[in-house]
Amino acid sequence: MSQDYSIDPKNLPEDPSRVTDEGKFKHLGVWMFIGGESVLFASLFGTYIALKDSTAGGPTTQDLYGLELVFLMTMLLLTSSLTSVYAIYHMKNNNFKKMQLWFGITGLLGLGFLACEIYEFAHYVVDYGFTFRSSAFGSAFYTLVGFHGGHVIFGLAWLITLMVRNAKRGLNTYNAAKYNSFSLYWHFIDVVWVFIFTVVYLMGMVS
Amino acid sequence: MKSWMGKMKAIMLFGFLSLLLAGCGKENLTALDPKGYGAEKSLDIILLTTGIMVGVFLVVIIIYTIVLARFRRKKGDNHIPEQVEGSKKLETIWTVIPIILVLIMGIPTVVYTFDLADTSEASSTLNINVTGHQYWWNFEYEDHNVVTSQDLYIPVGEKVYVNMLSSDVIHSFWVPTITGKMDVNPENVNTMYIEAYEEGVYWGKCAELCGPSHSLMDFKVIVVSPEEFEQWITDMQNVDPEEVPTDAVAQEGQELFQSNCMSCHAIGDASSAGPNLTNFGNRVHFVGYLEPTKENLVEWIMDPESLKPGNKMTGMYEVTEEEAEKIAEYLMQLKSTDVTPESAGGLID
Amino acid sequence: MSTATTQKRSVSAVIWDYLTTVDHKKVGILYMLGGAFFFLLGGLEALIIRIQLIKPENDFVSAGLYNEMITMHGTTMIFFAAMPILIGLMNYIMPLQIGARDVAFPFLNALGVWLFIFGGLLMNVSWFTGGAPDAGWTNYAPLSLQSPGHGVNYYVMGLQLSGAGTLMSGINFIVTIVRMRAPGMTYMRMPLFSWTTLVTSILILFAFPAFTVALFLMQFDRMFESAFFDIALGGNSIIWQHLFWIFGHPEVYILILPAFGIFSEIFPTFSKKRLFGYTAMVFATFLIAFLGFMVWAHHMFTVGLGPVANAIFAIGTMAIAVPTGIKIFNWLLTMWGGSIQINSAMLYALGFIPSFTIGGMTGVMLGATVADFQYHDTYFVIAHFHYVIVGGVVFGILAAMHYWWPLMFNRILNETLGKWAFWTFFFGFHLTFFVQHFLGLMGMPRRYWVFLEGQGLDVGNFVSTIGTFLMTIGVLIFLYNIVHTYFKGEVPAQDPWDGRTLEWSVPTPVPFYNFKQLPLVRGLDALWLEKMEGDGKIKPAEPVAPIHMPNSSILPFIMAVGFTIASFGFIYQLDGPLGRITIYIGMAIAVGSMIIRSLRDDHGYYVEFDEDEPQKEGA
Repeated sequence: MSQDYSIDPKNLPEDPSRVTDEGKFKHLGVWMFIGGESVLFASLFGTYIALKDSTAGGPTTQDLYGLELVFLMTMLLLTSSLTSVYAIYHMKNNNFKKMQLWFGITGLLGLGFLACEIYEFAHYVVDYGFTFRSSAFGSAFYTLVGFHGGHVIFGLAWLITLMVRNAKRGLNTYNAAKYNSFSLYWHFIDVVWVFIFTVVYLMGMVS
Repeated sequence: MKSWMGKMKAIMLFGFLSLLLAGCGKENLTALDPKGYGAEKSLDIILLTTGIMVGVFLVVIIIYTIVLARFRRKKGDNHIPEQVEGSKKLETIWTVIPIILVLIMGIPTVVYTFDLADTSEASSTLNINVTGHQYWWNFEYEDHNVVTSQDLYIPVGEKVYVNMLSSDVIHSFWVPTITGKMDVNPENVNTMYIEAYEEGVYWGKCAELCGPSHSLMDFKVIVVSPEEFEQWITDMQNVDPEEVPTDAVAQEGQELFQSNCMSCHAIGDASSAGPNLTNFGNRVHFVGYLEPTKENLVEWIMDPESLKPGNKMTGMYEVTEEEAEKIAEYLMQLKSTDVTPESAGGLID
Repeated sequence: MSTATTQKRSVSAVIWDYLTTVDHKKVGILYMLGGAFFFLLGGLEALIIRIQLIKPENDFVSAGLYNEMITMHGTTMIFFAAMPILIGLMNYIMPLQIGARDVAFPFLNALGVWLFIFGGLLMNVSWFTGGAPDAGWTNYAPLSLQSPGHGVNYYVMGLQLSGAGTLMSGINFIVTIVRMRAPGMTYMRMPLFSWTTLVTSILILFAFPAFTVALFLMQFDRMFESAFFDIALGGNSIIWQHLFWIFGHPEVYILILPAFGIFSEIFPTFSKKRLFGYTAMVFATFLIAFLGFMVWAHHMFTVGLGPVANAIFAIGTMAIAVPTGIKIFNWLLTMWGGSIQINSAMLYALGFIPSFTIGGMTGVMLGATVADFQYHDTYFVIAHFHYVIVGGVVFGILAAMHYWWPLMFNRILNETLGKWAFWTFFFGFHLTFFVQHFLGLMGMPRRYWVFLEGQGLDVGNFVSTIGTFLMTIGVLIFLYNIVHTYFKGEVPAQDPWDGRTLEWSVPTPVPFYNFKQLPLVRGLDALWLEKMEGDGKIKPAEPVAPIHMPNSSILPFIMAVGFTIASFGFIYQLDGPLGRITIYIGMAIAVGSMIIRSLRDDHGYYVEFDEDEPQKEGA
């Protein structure tokens, strides 16, 4: 005997990611994980706010930040969150191809964001000599934004693994839970970015 | 089992009795017999909270004893007690009473907290800049151009402000008999005031782990009369760092000191990488805890590591035993004033 | 799997079984075994500390070694002894108490235990590689940055590993309790130990990430030359203290709440009376947890945060006394009118009440800012938190061991030995720590390698050290009891204590699937209810049907090994390319096993019941 993970197209479940016990556990588990991650980022934000003016004579927030690039990055990531919503919508309609397509777009937008971030960091290092080691502000900036970037990289690796692994198998209640977990995680990354955009960049340019 | 428990009780009793014999600890170190404003305020709160808490403890122990005396299961007794769900009335009582007790303790705590943190008079009275180093203390009387180390002289009955900063890791400034402690941080100056009620020599301690010799980072607070304090300040201001000692051995010692030690130590009103040694001959202790004898000083100069592990002096110089003795002779003769720890009554042994 | 086949298995098969297990009971036992090992290690360190302080200006150990001892004693006892043993108990008992067959994420559970064990071992490797961490268990910057050698690097990586494992346990337990309670097991019917497991897990979830960040900052500063705590580059060492205590204070409740849960099981059972004020107990637990997050700065009263912050945190701290007091009185009233049976488990519970009350009271006293200026960083604080942690947590653990031993190991611990161990440990404990309150007020700061002659501290320190010897004897008697019980112990009858909760309804040894049929819970104290109102048997909530169980896997172990190798790399990464290569190798192993885990479908297997004997069948 083994468990049946297939989805009956004639009798679609409301949410295929939460049919199995594992799916239900994962859903709640990811939410809990996000709760913990919120504290992690809150601590990093706290550290950044405490150290953002400790520039030790090096470049300050006003010297460095430019709104154009950051605005583009925000748009890329926000859009990728939206496209992942489309993907989940198609998942619920059992339309695997479209789901993969929209998740693919999500991944591409994420890659675009990452490229911008790498460019941004390189720009600071090359043009301003502003590094992880130049000042406490440098350490705090690269750690906070870098942690977020690291989460984006992890998310992309996760997404690619999922999409490649399941490309030929189609959707079932077993992998739907995995896609759903990824999507929750991706939204969280997006929310964190909104805070980074506000606290780091906007407030950094104002003060 | 019973007789053995009896022995245990005897041991416990012995423990408490010996404690009683020891009293409240050493009178120039204990926090239980305050001779300063901060320590007095602390003790007020300590006694208030202890009193309330001992009361609560007695209530708990009385109920506990009654429970154990009355409700033990007897042999062969198999009755099922009534399964009581709870009691709104009782539970309300032991929620409300503790809240009231917390308020009784909380209000004076808050009042005293603000009182002890008051720095509004800092500009109009004596200020001393305290710098914590691994493992010694530098005291700078900024308005008077006086620098000293390890022995902190203050006038009795006056509010004195100490502004504390660390040159390396976090230390904590604590003179239990006079005032509670405050951390000495490397990134910001912490200010508190101390006021001593009685003349005397008091132990000061570092209370924040700062490395291997954390436990040897002692200092003294020497509380003298206001007149003697004035005298001390004047004498210290008139120190001539170049003053040549009268006897030949000490003269040689001075030359050796100047060529070997002056890169870190100073005499006069300069702050230095190592302790300022002005008025060294009048120190209560040196290195925080050693009797100021020539033998001890020579031993220290020859092998500081064994007396204060992890200190910054080891390996900074090379002197022979004879040279060390001459330096010691010179240092022991550095007495710049007649206001000494003995003027305050000396260290109680 | 009957007992006979179990005994026939070879040693290597047993070891392989434990290396690959995902069963919550075996994972629990691994946690407890690991915790016990580190408890003995931490105890040995404590003994060395006290021998050093038996007389003034002693030189039993050097100053540097002494600082390593205090650091390792504190870190080991908190992170590698007390917490793992409690998590082990939660693992073993909680699913049985709520009527579940396993935890929600068995694979993560196994990964967590291996991360803890390797984290603990990694930190102790530092003894042999040039010195253990020596900046205190609080590891304050900048002292920790200045600390020479690699000791503090070991601290950072060891705690990072085990902390990740603990976080996984926290998430796991929350999901288990929220999603896997048996039919009828509503929240307000849950045994108190399961409740405290839930609240503790929530605390873990929200407290540990702050510590993770603190450790990352420390790791970056020490291993990648960043400047978070470097004053010259604008860094600020107070950030470490905030992050450490934002985690560190809830950590205290992570330790004590499970112990509260344990006592809330033991008092009713041995008084034959339901827990007095169950609802109040649950809410008090939540209140303590909630307030626990608001009071971290009472560890920092002397830092110079200013009177406003100090006053707020002082009041918050005192307020915690209210819910804690509710608990103490409810326990007393549980016994009031009961039929109290005193055995070893109950002795520890009874010893807990006065001991912990003293610890709680000194806690309130420490919360009074102005008084704390005197107590802070003295032996008074040492006395306070040992009263809480030994008088609360260790008594709780020992009580739990005596209480649940029959369930876990199908043997009853010897009563005579149990009582001897209790009385020696109890007297030793009070002898060691009571006098330390006075030592602190008499002017003895904590973490002092030596105290000077003629400062009135000799007698107190001597008495304290003698107490430590007694505690050591108590622990040795307890260990002897375990060995004795293993060979000659009495096999208990089913439900030996006339228990009240679900875990006593399962047969011992507990089958690997726990419940053949999920139980139907009809009220609080489910088993007691059936004893009083039914036939003493729990009603099944489902017909006998195949049971879905997770597959064993070696991957958690390999992943943990990978992370440990990478940690070694991080520790030595400033010393040359070898360190960096080690990081890559370790991460490759860890990430590789993660990828294997996510690419291979693991659907578990079904247990089918053929008459009475369960049969395994592949998926």
